[in-house]
Amino acid sequence: MLRLRRQQWIEMVAHGLDCLPEEACGLLVGRPDGSIEEFRPCTNTDRSARTYAIDGREILRVERGLDASGNGLEVVGVMHTHTHTEAYPSPTDVERAALLAGWHFLIVSLRHPEPVARSYRISDGEVAEEPIELVVR
Amino acid sequence: MPVSVRLPTVLRTHAGGLSEVSAEGATIGEVVDDVVRQFPGTANHLKAPDGALHRFVNVYLDDEDVRYLGGLDTPVSDGAEVSIVPAVAGGTG
Repeated sequence: MLRLRRQQWIEMVAHGLDCLPEEACGLLVGRPDGSIEEFRPCTNTDRSARTYAIDGREILRVERGLDASGNGLEVVGVMHTHTHTEAYPSPTDVERAALLAGWHFLIVSLRHPEPVARSYRISDGEVAEEPIELVVR
Repeated sequence: MPVSVRLPTVLRTHAGGLSEVSAEGATIGEVVDDVVRQFPGTANHLKAPDGALHRFVNVYLDDEDVRYLGGLDTPVSDGAEVSIVPAVAGGTG
């Protein structure tokens, strides 16, 4: 289960639209149970409509900040957009998730006028969709 | 001399929950090998079968990507900070 707040969803869609025609990406900060507390938009260093990559130094900065804050939050996943395909992990997504077992992979498709989000766990090349709960408050 | 090695969240379950460990080595390769020796569960995350650094892992020496320094042969000096970060990437093509 991925638990998102309305504000984070708005931030993700806004970031996705801002980055068009390129794919957008960002880190999901929260708790291992899937409660997302913050969305951290990142730069897509690939500058591509078909792939994304996050600079390791950007990840390091976020993780250092979270460790220093001592509030128990950690990077628990990544969001990225698919600009012209459905919100399902591509073979590249699955391959690149090899070392990220336990992470939540949120994909936002901007293919249609209405953005569509779906979330997955990817372990040993196996893709399992998980429900998304949108917390409105 | 020991150096401090920062572990990413995904590796901490393999290292007793520690975010930072101490490792010995004169090069990045020796430091990584010492981390694997202390925490064997990290081996598949850090090393490729041929002994190279796993291609989905980035290692930083004082915030410089070691792939742009000397790779695993990059010398490590006293007090250096080594950080291991997963490569986060993907996309449709």
